[in-house]
Amino acid sequence: MAELFAKLDALPVTLKHLLMGLLPGATPEWLVSVVSAVLTITPILAVFPLMFALTTVIERKGLGRIQNRIGPNRVGIPLTDIRLYGFGQFIADGIKSLIKEDVVPRAADKVVHFLAPIALLIPVLLTYSVLPFGKSMVPLDLPQTGLLFFFAVGASTELSVFMAGWSSRNKYSLLGAMRAIAQMVSYEIPLILSSLTVVMITGTLSLTAIVQSQSGVHFGFLHNWHLFTPWGLVGFFLFLTAAAAEANRTPFDLPEAESEIIAGYFTEYSGFKFAIFFLAEYLGLFAMCGLGITLFLGGWLPPLNIAPLTWIPSWCWFLGKLSALIVLFIWLRGTLPRLRTDQLMAFAWKFLLPMTLINLVVAALWYLLRDSLPLYARWPLCFAMLAVPYWLLGRGFEAKFTKREYRYA
Amino acid sequence: MLGTGILKGMLETAKNFAGSYHDPARLTTVEYPEQRIASKENARQFPFLVHDTEDPMKGLRCVACQICEKECPPQCIYIVKSKDKRADYKGQMQLYPVTFDIDLSVCMSCQICVEVCPFESIKMDTEFELSNTDRFGGLLVNKHQLAKSNDHYRKIHPSEAAASDAALAVEVAKAQAKAKADVEAKAKAAAEAKAKADAAAAATPVGAVPSAPQPSSPATGPAAAPAA
Repeated sequence: MAELFAKLDALPVTLKHLLMGLLPGATPEWLVSVVSAVLTITPILAVFPLMFALTTVIERKGLGRIQNRIGPNRVGIPLTDIRLYGFGQFIADGIKSLIKEDVVPRAADKVVHFLAPIALLIPVLLTYSVLPFGKSMVPLDLPQTGLLFFFAVGASTELSVFMAGWSSRNKYSLLGAMRAIAQMVSYEIPLILSSLTVVMITGTLSLTAIVQSQSGVHFGFLHNWHLFTPWGLVGFFLFLTAAAAEANRTPFDLPEAESEIIAGYFTEYSGFKFAIFFLAEYLGLFAMCGLGITLFLGGWLPPLNIAPLTWIPSWCWFLGKLSALIVLFIWLRGTLPRLRTDQLMAFAWKFLLPMTLINLVVAALWYLLRDSLPLYARWPLCFAMLAVPYWLLGRGFEAKFTKREYRYA
Repeated sequence: MLGTGILKGMLETAKNFAGSYHDPARLTTVEYPEQRIASKENARQFPFLVHDTEDPMKGLRCVACQICEKECPPQCIYIVKSKDKRADYKGQMQLYPVTFDIDLSVCMSCQICVEVCPFESIKMDTEFELSNTDRFGGLLVNKHQLAKSNDHYRKIHPSEAAASDAALAVEVAKAQAKAKADVEAKAKAAAEAKAKADAAAAATPVGAVPSAPQPSSPATGPAAAPAA
């Protein structure tokens, strides 16, 4: 039984080897590597955009239910009465954006305007190359620079966002782009600092090695996920907050605030370019969630090291955790209102940044005390060292309700 | 503490999410083309012409008085009077509309035509699916399309229709009473005239011509007979 599941686990890898074996023996070396790369990229390009498509429907249905509506449930198979619970919606949306007119403003910088969506999508797709999706399933294993590569490539999305906003020659686009730059630069710091704790503890930048480091077992069954340590727990939530801001998700969706600045930096994009922005945004979110899973949630490892859970293929675990995080983000979107720009900045610099710095210190302490203090003493101590500053720093951000006085002119 | 508000909010949205699957009070959506709510009694959409008989064109209550046409604020009613007359529900001879058109695209559903009509002949319908593929001819509704039976009116606006029927019954009763009174008055007048004539005959020399019963015959005829 376990062997069968092990085969299922290695199925994508086996499939690739099988296809590679079909190449004739006399194939030149460069062609082999090209075919190998294409075979690795294709499933990523198939799975994650499909996941994006399904997420758009699930998000709309979920938000509908949160707002006591039904959500999209009409589009199914055309010319029949089969509705598929509305899951044909994304195909209709895709066709619509493909055949829509592509309007470019007359005053726009046409080259930059054209390049911006491409320059956004490519780095986002590149971030997937270092994520370990399963056991020995990492497209590009960079033992020295995995995490660094992710952040370096991911940070270049800011440039393309600004390209879009600037080249549109539209004040709302520019406002959106300025907001996006301010927000993404501010939140990049807590994002990187919160992931840095993991690097400190594991001593490696390789994402596969980080997943491996979480495979140790506590009490015989509980995996050694970083989430189960005090610095990991706090770090994970700091990471999620910063990731939501990086991905322009509610409550940090100021760069594209519909009620304020139309659609922000992609106001002047229509048709398929708009769809690419939409796609890149969601793929960016998935990549961020994937990184969070890798760093804190044990990557493709099951939560408990007991038999039926370990049989489930590792890539299923990764996709399952990813789906859970996506659901969490949809839930948050249905709950939280949008922040104001000053609140956003204050939250980044006055709360997230100090918390991540304190978290670094606590992670260091956790590492240094590993031999001198037993776990049951070390855990509460480190947790208290994080909870007290959380409470102190958080006091300034609590809603202060005062009776509002209305003045009429 | 910071974050408790977020957790409370998330609990609330989770309640909504779960509740929308089992609590009909939360999910009030009616999926319209398949599911429908019965229309409210005081709903109104577009006027129709009431008729009383099997043949809609013969039984139209409308007497082409053109009050509605004149009162209509957006001027969407167009009426052409008939040259001849026909008996109405209480047997009175009345004109009738040869043409009665309402422009659907102009009508603003104000119900003023209904309120000014003294003959209970134009009422508001609750039908709201009035879209049409022909935006010129199709939106000009003629009297054949407008005519709907009084039973239909009773069905869509029961209490209003009851009031209308009662008012008409009063009219009919009045007309009958008047006819009866007329007949009696005529008969009495005839009797009196006869008595007077007899008395005169007695007084005057034999051979004088009696002239009294002549006016009674046209008065009794058309007024009383169709009322039943």
